[in-house]
Amino acid sequence: MTPATVRELSDTIASANGPLRILGGGTRQALGECCLGAPLGTANLSGITLYEPEALTLVAQAGTPMAELQAVLRSENQQFAFEPMDHRQILGSGGNPTLGGVVACNVSGPRRLSAGACRDSLLGVSLVDGRGNIIKNGGRVMKNVTGYDLVKLMAGSYGTLGVLTELSFRVLPIPEASATLCLHQLSVGQASAVMARAIGSANEISGATYFDHTVHLRIEGLEASVAHRLGVLKDLFHEHEISVETAPDAHAEIWRGIRDVTPLCEKRGNIWRLHIKPSDAPEVMNRLSAAEIRYDSMLDWGGGLIWLCLSRDFDLRKSLEGIAGHASLIRGSGFAAVPPTSNAVARLSAGLRGKFDPRGILNAGILG
Amino acid sequence: MEMPIPDQAVLDNKTKIVALLKEVLPPHAVIHHISETRAYECDALTAYRCPPMIAVLPETTQQVSDVLKICHAHNVPVVPRGSGTSLAGGALPTADSVVLGVAKLNDVLETDYKNRFVRVQSGRTNLSVTGAVQEQGFFYAPDPSSQLACAIAGNIGMNSGGAHCLKYGVTTNNLLGVTIVMMDGEVVEIGGPYMDANGLDLLGVICGSEGQLGVVTEATLRILHKPVSARPVLVAFDENEVAGACVAEIIRAGVLPVAIEFMDRLCIETSENFSDAGYPDANALLIIEVEGAEVEIEEQLEKIINIAQRHNPIEIRQSKSEEESAKIWLGRKSAFGAIGQISDYMCLDGTIPVSKLPYVLRRTAELSEEYGLRVGNVFHAGDGNMHPLILFDANKKGDLERCEAMGAEILRLCVEVGGCLTGEHGVGVEKRNLMFDQYSQEDIEAQLWVKDVFDPKWLLNAAKVFPLAATQTRRAR
Ligand SMILES: Cc1cc2nc3c(=O)[nH]c(=O)nc-3n(C[C@H](O)[C@H](O)[C@H](O)COP(=O)(O)OP(=O)(O)OC[C@H]3O[C@@H](n4cnc5c(N)ncnc54)[C@H](O)[C@@H]3O)c2cc1C
Repeated sequence: MTPATVRELSDTIASANGPLRILGGGTRQALGECCLGAPLGTANLSGITLYEPEALTLVAQAGTPMAELQAVLRSENQQFAFEPMDHRQILGSGGNPTLGGVVACNVSGPRRLSAGACRDSLLGVSLVDGRGNIIKNGGRVMKNVTGYDLVKLMAGSYGTLGVLTELSFRVLPIPEASATLCLHQLSVGQASAVMARAIGSANEISGATYFDHTVHLRIEGLEASVAHRLGVLKDLFHEHEISVETAPDAHAEIWRGIRDVTPLCEKRGNIWRLHIKPSDAPEVMNRLSAAEIRYDSMLDWGGGLIWLCLSRDFDLRKSLEGIAGHASLIRGSGFAAVPPTSNAVARLSAGLRGKFDPRGILNAGILG
Repeated sequence: MEMPIPDQAVLDNKTKIVALLKEVLPPHAVIHHISETRAYECDALTAYRCPPMIAVLPETTQQVSDVLKICHAHNVPVVPRGSGTSLAGGALPTADSVVLGVAKLNDVLETDYKNRFVRVQSGRTNLSVTGAVQEQGFFYAPDPSSQLACAIAGNIGMNSGGAHCLKYGVTTNNLLGVTIVMMDGEVVEIGGPYMDANGLDLLGVICGSEGQLGVVTEATLRILHKPVSARPVLVAFDENEVAGACVAEIIRAGVLPVAIEFMDRLCIETSENFSDAGYPDANALLIIEVEGAEVEIEEQLEKIINIAQRHNPIEIRQSKSEEESAKIWLGRKSAFGAIGQISDYMCLDGTIPVSKLPYVLRRTAELSEEYGLRVGNVFHAGDGNMHPLILFDANKKGDLERCEAMGAEILRLCVEVGGCLTGEHGVGVEKRNLMFDQYSQEDIEAQLWVKDVFDPKWLLNAAKVFPLAATQTRRAR
């Protein structure tokens, strides 16, 4: 089923008599728990509804391919600030990512550190809930506190509250210049300290990652500003072995790789995604080392996000006891993919799902 | 203002409820004499007043929980209150309610510069959050003009913004976690000192829910390192519309100032008389602020001034010192107070797409003629968050009603051009009845579901946000 209009989608859902599996471009179907149902595709709900570059606003239907949107934005020298990752490489999936999938999974990349997550750029949503009701919330303006903010609620809801049909976004200019400062041969402890120091300075770091013993710090903005901050950072870290990348193509390549977690893609094992307090990163690594397992890792968001590749039988969640945050299994098996929530959060979430989808037919079970 | 008929059973039960509250709170924290409850009869929307049955000032999350348990058991409506600076009547009590003020919960619980967050109790004022971290060079970004008085609790309640949110976002973009007490007294932690809370984004819904989903007692807030420095430039124009066009072009050019503020003639003149800011004689002016190190400031200003020059400005005034910067901001910061000196006013808060600025300003001027009420415009132009100030005379019969009718027309206009009723002040009681101008029955119903889940008895601030008729059956349960 791939309804061609919102009306049709509404009828399809209202008359469904079993579970539905929502399908955008199909590139992220492996995220979340295993979830079965008759495929309900958004491919025919596609196209840009409104694009006003001077107001930094883009409205598009949920089935619109990301590639199409990114090309249109690029032609006006703008972009999605939250730098959504492409999951195809790490999940080994095919298809073309759509806007709806990005929002449903609240997909954000390295620039989440400074520009916020997908949900922070999202201004408005339209959706069809589990009974077939057509619902909208938010709008297309940057500041909007009219009624409850269901926009954020929809971002990251994995289709469990409704099928997204149209989304409006705040977009931002592509920075005029960018540069990456690399600091080499660092331990995770040193890396953590370096990143905290850089992000906690006035230099507006828009990417801070660590892998292969190297910290990458990204700065973006107007030309003179980037040059200035690069200078400040070089001074700040002059004791370290550093190198700088400013060539636009090479630079873009580095960050595309980080965004898509390329360093771990070819590794074998379970792939985990861990959200923690950045300064806990060294402790996490210590515990993994103490467990004497082989692991590969990539730190992003200054250590607040850790990607791990671990042997399939290793219970990461158990080893992290006492560390605030949560871990999702992105690829692999043996453990729940979705981290458990507190009882209260689980109860409230179940309550909301019961309201938006009382028959429990939309992506049933995907969030556990 | 229509408010629900007070529940007589609750009013009859007052003595017992006071006694129960005194069992869980220090005696001075339970306020129930009419001479004292009057202090809580309104917020900054002073046109509407109603003393609550009781006001309580708990000092711990546990006490908040105890109070809510009692109210829950006895079906007593509760109105959460921060500092009472809401402009929408968000903290306006009903006669049968307990106002739950968090003013005494004002400690800093944790500051963590390595991880760039601060955890505070929710009654702490906005400015004093920055106060707690500025020695280390940090600040809390959302900066409502009321920041000296308003509390983080109210900021979360309203998802408040500020002059600098063009760059830094509003409260919701800077909030990492909360401790919230549910109406039945259960204490719930959501999010924490890491990015992206686990599970459905409940934090996102709680922020801006106007005290209807739970009582927030603690908050984990993102802090940032202060920029090296900041500097405004003032650009004056002959016409509102040209100023509007200039704003659109600056944004388009890829410069992202931290703030772009707009003032029209009435506001310019009034604040000039009030504050001696030395503003030029102009129909419109923009204050554009940029941040960074000296070279960065100069680079941005150069681009901005290049653009401004293409729009026939009367004057471009670049600040050359701290004093000059302060002077440029002085008039803007005193605009509301200055207008308040010359007249009663109602402050609207609709947001519009930036591209519609010229049209909306023109229509507002026409409406001002039609209604015979003066309007001043001072607002955050970069994000289209308008603040038309409608001047009226509270002592003149019918003036307030006329003002409200005109306000409603302006807000409908905002919705019509693709914007919304309120950009940062919230709906409260003030804009309740306009909700259906922006949302359909289904849209509203979906929002009511959220309240059903968080507060099944509909006791928390239940007379707000939605038209009373739309919530009647739920409130009566
Ligand atoms: C002069 C002036 C200038 C202003 N400028 C701005 C501005 O620039 N930007 C802006 O956004 N606003 C502005 N405001 C509006 C107001 O200051 C904000 O809405 C502010 O956030 C309210 O905070 P408060 O602590 O006073 O909250 P209150 O007025 O006490 O309450 C506001 C809302 O939050 C709820 N609430 C309070 N405490 C809690 C709690 N613990 N848990 C759950 N809900 C709670 C209340 O029920 C109510 O609905 C201004 C107001 C004035 C008077």
